[in-house]
This record gives sequence, structure tokens and C-alpha cells, in this order.
Amino acid sequence: MSASPNILDVRNATKRFHGLVAVRDVSFHLGRGEILGLIGPNGAGKTTLVGMVNGTLAPTSGDILFDGASVRSLPAFRRAHLGIGRTFQVMKPFPGMSVLENASIGALFGAKGGERNLRKAREQARESLQFVGLGRRIGQRADALGGPDRKRLELAKALAMQPRLLLLDEVMAGLNHVEIEEVIEDIRKVRERGISILVIEHVMKAITSLADRTFVLHHGEKIVEGPTDEVLRDPRVVEAYLGKKR
Amino acid sequence: MSAATAPHPDPLPASAKREPSVREAGEGNALLHVAGLDAGYGEMQVLRKVSLDVRAAEIVAMVGGNGAGKTTLLRAISRLIPSRGKIDFNGRPLAHATADDVFAMGLVQVPEGRQLFDRMSVEENLRMGAYRRRDADGIAQDLERMYAIFPKLAERRHQLAGSMSGGEQQMCAMARALMARPRLMMVDEMSLGLAPVIVDLLLETMTKIRNEGVTVLLVEQDVHAALSVADRGYVMETGEIVREGSARALESDPEVQRAYLGDVTGAT
Repeated sequence: MSASPNILDVRNATKRFHGLVAVRDVSFHLGRGEILGLIGPNGAGKTTLVGMVNGTLAPTSGDILFDGASVRSLPAFRRAHLGIGRTFQVMKPFPGMSVLENASIGALFGAKGGERNLRKAREQARESLQFVGLGRRIGQRADALGGPDRKRLELAKALAMQPRLLLLDEVMAGLNHVEIEEVIEDIRKVRERGISILVIEHVMKAITSLADRTFVLHHGEKIVEGPTDEVLRDPRVVEAYLGKKR
Repeated sequence: MSAATAPHPDPLPASAKREPSVREAGEGNALLHVAGLDAGYGEMQVLRKVSLDVRAAEIVAMVGGNGAGKTTLLRAISRLIPSRGKIDFNGRPLAHATADDVFAMGLVQVPEGRQLFDRMSVEENLRMGAYRRRDADGIAQDLERMYAIFPKLAERRHQLAGSMSGGEQQMCAMARALMARPRLMMVDEMSLGLAPVIVDLLLETMTKIRNEGVTVLLVEQDVHAALSVADRGYVMETGEIVREGSARALESDPEVQRAYLGDVTGAT
């Protein structure tokens, strides 16, 4: 049991790429068992922010606290061991490997140092593949999967890591209405397991039906934060998305 | 301004001139007619039964949030990706045309992110737009015409394109497309990453270009920018057209905001 009430605290995170400030002084927190939404127009800095949380990008300044302790100087694999899992917007299944092998890699590099026993890792992987509805495809080559199934595999890989915090970077993109409903239901079930979730989405239906709170990035800065329905009605958010009235 | 009253102060070459003829008319008088278009990447279907028309000398806006399928639509029309369904340009089916054919027919795309030849000068970039043309005099005239439309480019004609500001690069990309003497110019996310004053300047220029007889299909996330110059517009959401109408009607249509930010007025 930890003293910190939050699973994640991001404090004044800034990321510069040469002259360009992709994320500027962004702070937010994610409570235990909470689903937090993150939205923002194209190029707002959402994926950069996720990269700083899971460790694929080092913040230029600011701090990232996981479970009350700074993880700022830890590399991505160490943060994965602590229980930070993520999906990638651009799906990259390991080519030439089966669906099961792909998800097993998630298990092997996941929480608590990863599962060292290959057989157990496979079990963990199989369970998360069944969870996302890929149970009957485990023997298939991952690169032969279609788009929606690749998205499901991406989610299964992250779940096989048995994370305590799951960062979902646009897992709904390219899915049809029915598939979106399915994934929304999957994510609800993930939360019921006690996993805290940050959802980045352009599919607003997913945000409104999942996120308790939502914050909005625009040009790298946090412009609004609050209960999801209020945020989506906020004139500043409407303007960020639709542009200025002329 | 309606298409019928659009002046043509700078006549296009005979080959590109719009004579009213049966052949010209196409289906429902559309220069571009798309019906029941499905397209995507591999098994990932992005567009679902998309239909739209762009009539000669119109500015048509295609708006919608990120991931709605707007760029995929342009890629299908330009024949950069395969698709099912009908695409007619100037009354001719494009189903079996290549990207090169489409370009030769006068359907030219200004891609998102400009995609200039960074290590070439502005003028070299503009000449690349005319790479299929053999009329040296016409090209020379058009270069001067571009410098008249975009005076900033005249100042920078020998500068490397990659060293210019975003707004200047966007001007260069549009001018490069115009050097091909397009009948239909499709502009993808013109406003992306640009300051509002620059966007307004480019929108003004867009109207000028249309008044010279070039039809424009404007794909934009910035709804108000696009609708401020468009005659008509379409709203796209998850690969489908969910609304179409006059630009003025769409400006005040709550469905447009819903397409971007979801239904937050009632129960979800």
C-alpha cells in the first residue's frame, strides 16, 4: 500500500524538440482506478506526453511520479516493470511471429520484472488475447492480421504486461461503430480489474462513455480540465477543435 | 459568390477552358462525382459509401475531426490508394486511372504538410509543378502569375523552400500545384500549424484562385476557416458523410460540432 492517493502525477512536464516546444508545463494526475480522458486536435502533443509517462521520451523539465515516486530517470523497460503499460498509435506487431508470441513478449517484459517462466508468460498472453477477442487467432502470424485485429493485439500486448497503469493511444482509430462499442466494453472491463487508464482518443463517443474526467491539450498546453461532459462543451475546447468563428 | 458570376480575368489555356458541353457536364454537372466510395488500408476500411460532388468553379469544404477519413478520401480520388465505388472526373471514370493519369487530367493535390522539395529553390519547386508541360512560354507566364498571386514567393524565389516559414511553404505548395494548371485543386489541411493571420491570407488567395476558374476541394479540420470561403461543404465522421449543405447553413448547424466533439448536450 502506498501513501500517494494517485497512481500517476505529472508535474510541469515540458518537452522541447530543438526549437519546438511540443509539450509546455503540463500537470495532471490520475487517481487509482480512474479513467482519465486526454483529447486535443492534431499535433497538440498528446502522444509526446504519453511518451514522457512511459519513458520512451525524456522530459526536458518537470517530473513524472508513479505511485508516489519519481520515475523521471528510469528507462522505459524499468517503468514497464513497475506497471506502466501502453499501446502505440502506429501498431507494430513483431513480424514473422504468431499472435500468441507477440502477446507473450508483453508478458515477458511486463510488471514485477516480467514473467520469467515462458509457459506462464504464454498463459498470461493467452488470457489477454481471449479477453480482447483474439482467442481463436493465437496461432496466426501477427503481420497477417487485419487493421481492427492489430488494434486488438496492441491492447492484448499491453494487458499481458499486467500493468497497473494503462496508457491507450488511439486504440479506436480506424474501427467501425460496432468495433468501437466492443473496445469500449473491453476497456470498462479492464478498469474493473483495478487498472487505472489514460485514454487518448479522437473518437469522442469513447471519451464520453469512458472517461470520468478529461483534459485537453492544444498547441502543447493544457487548456481545460474537468468532468468530461463539461469539458466537451467548453467554448475554448470547441474553438480548439473547430477553429475561430470568422 | 456563386459559380455563375465568378469572373475569369486570367483566361486558362484552351485545353483547360470550360466549355459547356455534354461531355463536360458529367453526372449532375459535377466536375468531380464520387458515389458509394469505399477505401482503406489493407483490411482496415476507412471510407464507407462516401458520395460527393464538386461542380466547376466551386469551393467545396470537406470538414471533420482527426481520423474521420478526409485524407484517405483525397488519396483515393488521386488514385494513390485503391478503392471501390464510382469516381468520375470531368465525366470520365477514374477507376482504372493511375495517379499520373489523374494529374495529367488536371486533378492536382496539395498534400498535408506541404511536401515541398526542401533542398530546391522556390522557383525550382514551382517548375516541378509544371513538369508535364512543354510550353516554355506558358510556364514562364504562369511563374510570373504565381509571383503576382503570392508576392512573398517572388521575394523568396531563389531561397531554399525548406528554409521558409510554414505559411510561405504553404503558398509555395499551392503555387506548385497551380503550375500544373489544374482544373480541380484539392488542398489537404492548409491551415495546419499556421498562425490565424496567415490562414486568413491564404483563404483570401484561395478565393482569388477560384475566381480565375480553378475549382477547389478544401479538406480542413478548421471548420470556420474552411466554411468562410466555401460555397458548399460536407461533414465527415468515422469514414462517412454525415452532413452536407451550403457553407452558410453548415456554419450554424449543431451537427457539425457534434461530429467533432460528440453528443454532449443530451444523454450519451
